[in-house]
Amino acid sequence: MTGTSNIIELLTRNLRQSGIYIAFVLIVLLFTVLTGGTLLSPGNITNLVLQYSYILILAIGMVMIIVAGHIDLSVGSVVALTGGVAAVVVIREGMPWWVGVIAALITGVLVGIWQGFWVAIVGIPAFIVTLAGMLIFRGLAMQVLDNVSLSPFPEEYRQIAGGFSNGLLGGPGYDLFTLVIFALASVGFAVQQWRARMRKLEYKQTVEALWLFAVKVVLVVAVIMAFGWQLANSRGMPYVLVLLAALVLIYGFVTQRTVFGRHIYAMGGNLEAAKLSGVKTRRVNFMLFVNMGVLAAIAGIVYSARSNSAQPAAGNMFELDAIAAAFIGGAAVTGGVGKVQGAIIGGLIMAVMSNGMQIMGIDQSTQNVVRGVVLVLAVAYDVWSKKKASVSS
Amino acid sequence: MNENILEMRSITKRFPGVVALQDVNLQVRRGEIHAVCGENGAGKSTLMKVLSGVHPAGTYEGEIHFESKQVSFSSLNDSEELGIVIIHQELALVPHLSVAENIFLGNEKSRAGIINWHEVNLAAAALLEKVGLRENPVTPVGHLGVGKQQLVEIAKALSKDVKLLILDEPTAALNDDDSAHLLGLIRDLREEGVTCIIISHKLGEIAAVADSTTVIRDGSTVETIDMAEASNNGEDLTRRIIRDMVGRDMENMYPGRDVTLGEEVFRIEDWHVSHPTQRDRKVVDGASLNVRAGEVVGIAGLMGAGRTELAMSVFGKSYGRDISGTVYMHGKPVKIESVSDAINAGIAYVSEDRKRYGLNLIDDIRRNVSASALKRIAPRGWINENEEIAVADRYRTSMNIKAPTVMSVIGKLSGGNQQKVVLSKWLYTEPELLILDEPTRGIDVGAKYEIYSIINKLAASGKAIIVISSELPEVLGMCDRVYTLSSGRITGQVPVEDATQERLMELMTMEKD
Repeated sequence: MTGTSNIIELLTRNLRQSGIYIAFVLIVLLFTVLTGGTLLSPGNITNLVLQYSYILILAIGMVMIIVAGHIDLSVGSVVALTGGVAAVVVIREGMPWWVGVIAALITGVLVGIWQGFWVAIVGIPAFIVTLAGMLIFRGLAMQVLDNVSLSPFPEEYRQIAGGFSNGLLGGPGYDLFTLVIFALASVGFAVQQWRARMRKLEYKQTVEALWLFAVKVVLVVAVIMAFGWQLANSRGMPYVLVLLAALVLIYGFVTQRTVFGRHIYAMGGNLEAAKLSGVKTRRVNFMLFVNMGVLAAIAGIVYSARSNSAQPAAGNMFELDAIAAAFIGGAAVTGGVGKVQGAIIGGLIMAVMSNGMQIMGIDQSTQNVVRGVVLVLAVAYDVWSKKKASVSS
Repeated sequence: MNENILEMRSITKRFPGVVALQDVNLQVRRGEIHAVCGENGAGKSTLMKVLSGVHPAGTYEGEIHFESKQVSFSSLNDSEELGIVIIHQELALVPHLSVAENIFLGNEKSRAGIINWHEVNLAAAALLEKVGLRENPVTPVGHLGVGKQQLVEIAKALSKDVKLLILDEPTAALNDDDSAHLLGLIRDLREEGVTCIIISHKLGEIAAVADSTTVIRDGSTVETIDMAEASNNGEDLTRRIIRDMVGRDMENMYPGRDVTLGEEVFRIEDWHVSHPTQRDRKVVDGASLNVRAGEVVGIAGLMGAGRTELAMSVFGKSYGRDISGTVYMHGKPVKIESVSDAINAGIAYVSEDRKRYGLNLIDDIRRNVSASALKRIAPRGWINENEEIAVADRYRTSMNIKAPTVMSVIGKLSGGNQQKVVLSKWLYTEPELLILDEPTRGIDVGAKYEIYSIINKLAASGKAIIVISSELPEVLGMCDRVYTLSSGRITGQVPVEDATQERLMELMTMEKD
């Protein structure tokens, strides 16, 4: 098995996964041209991260739910409820900001336990449970807030979504600290890639040719550093980005490299076989919904901090954006297939399109039509590539 | 009688990278039963797909003549219009629809789109009578057993004025009684002038029912045997077909082995299981049995006797309710409440339905092999993927799984190779007791021999093995000791030296006193 694979093999081996990256690059290029470069300007990139971070956070949990063969329609309402709880604790009761954060997270866990109980223990389809949850938690959000919006949050709470690590090291017109962080991330990435390659060689597996490996690493590092440079030239690195990066790394690892993650894929691929392989399906399902509740709470905190208020109608339709992100990112409607990184790319595609169209001054109605069409096309591509893969056998 | 209803001439079918059929010829006489044999992957199914238009004209080379006219089908509908109907191995019935609705599905008796249900049910009843199925046409198909569902499929074919009926492995999932009934029915149809092509692995069956047999090996026709002529010459038909299929004489269908019995590994006592929804129905009724290290024990029973139910209830209570009785491993009672308890106790259960219960078909060999023993490659909770690949690759080599790499998707492998993956998966859990439920169902002769060899090797290495099988020759060929099961009760225990098919069948059909 030892040997090196060539570039064509590398590209075609995983058309389904690589297609999404190519599509992302094309969409970014398209909107960069259409907006005359504004899309990739420092200010706008920062804005883009801030504006869509909560959708990306939701998409991480959603893709796991979808891989397991479920769906969660309630996350938008949970965003409103958890944001509302935080607001009541911090604004109305005047408690410190971190008490609000903890209260919101506990609310998310309770929501997850409630939904997990019905889906995993009682065995009601998640579609029904979370459809009910959509109503229940929206209703609770209204009650908690007495049907009025609460604002403003104290400065510390707002920092969660609006804060930047700016000027720690100073710098000639740009934030040196941000650059240092991104440089460290780049080095970390390169080292991790190299070690993985060495491990593979140790096990006598096929790896890509060295020059190809080098090109890959250099390209990724270049993109990371370019991104960092733009941020450093704007307001520095948003805390939300750090949070998001941590979540992506943690959940990428959990889904791909842990027993728990593997069990999610096994259940989505063949539930009966998973049960007979010793997978504790109830426990995994339960944990998935608790996890979704927590991530929805985090999204709720970020969203309320960003809008500097908690509104009963917050998070409306967020569930659809998160679901769309997962499917555009290559998740299979039937479960068993999908990745966290795919969902993030899927979410970014939605984000870039929305943001690009906003800059171009296209009205909301047209934006909706375009995003809907893209969702259908993405899933159609998935179906088509699956068919193609099965024919060539 | 000697007129050919069907001639397929020089059929060549290419898929990207492989030639599935190479210059295949098939001549079927009007009004005969024509068997097509070959190992899995030999090209039988592809040939039938070419014939029925699933692979449309233009995607293959060669000519098809039906009733002396050259035909080219671009879809299944085209071939059905001329009276060619194919019944697939996996039945294509809708479980929630009634028998009558299924029979006329896609072919509804309607005027202006409105269905006259009386007419439909009446017509269905007439067809059911013809196939010898005594069921109400309004019964949902899901309530019928596999054997009866097969008959519904045939009734459906008859409703389309079938001239050439193609049956792909019709008896693979049937017990002996149902198989006999089905074969009788095929003979009756022959009397009525329906020509039949039957694809089967069961050579005894072919010898009994076929007028001629075409053997395909590696995508080419080997020969067509005129069965009457050959048996008049006193030839051993089964042996000739096997030789054609594998390209060599198979001295013995079952590899021999030396038996060294060790200590008792597994024992259950007074095992009771009730039906999951009908509580008063006992599916397993006071069964007791034991297996020793190095021993292969058979459980023989007709369909519905409770064989699979017994195995699955032991395997972490995966079936039934109100389960009582005691499981002993190495003489000590163990508590098994879940599948993971069973795996930890050293029990592995290889299901009879590998696609439904055994494998994640959309995933690759590697992840399927590791699925039940992830702990071994993830000692601290995270998975060593390199080790995982190495493990899967070891099994690929040792089990002779025919796939380019361990990254190959399971769904694309042949039945025999899929079964080897399931076996690998369970061996990787390092079990002491392996329960193999119909381990060679839907697998061709060559792969069967390989599976038998693997079972023997495992027994020789000191594992205790239970083989559940509905093929008596297999039970007799493989096992050291056989338990017979009838209506959930163990009706006998026979050492293989004393066992004959007749003796076992007698015990398997023993009624409750």
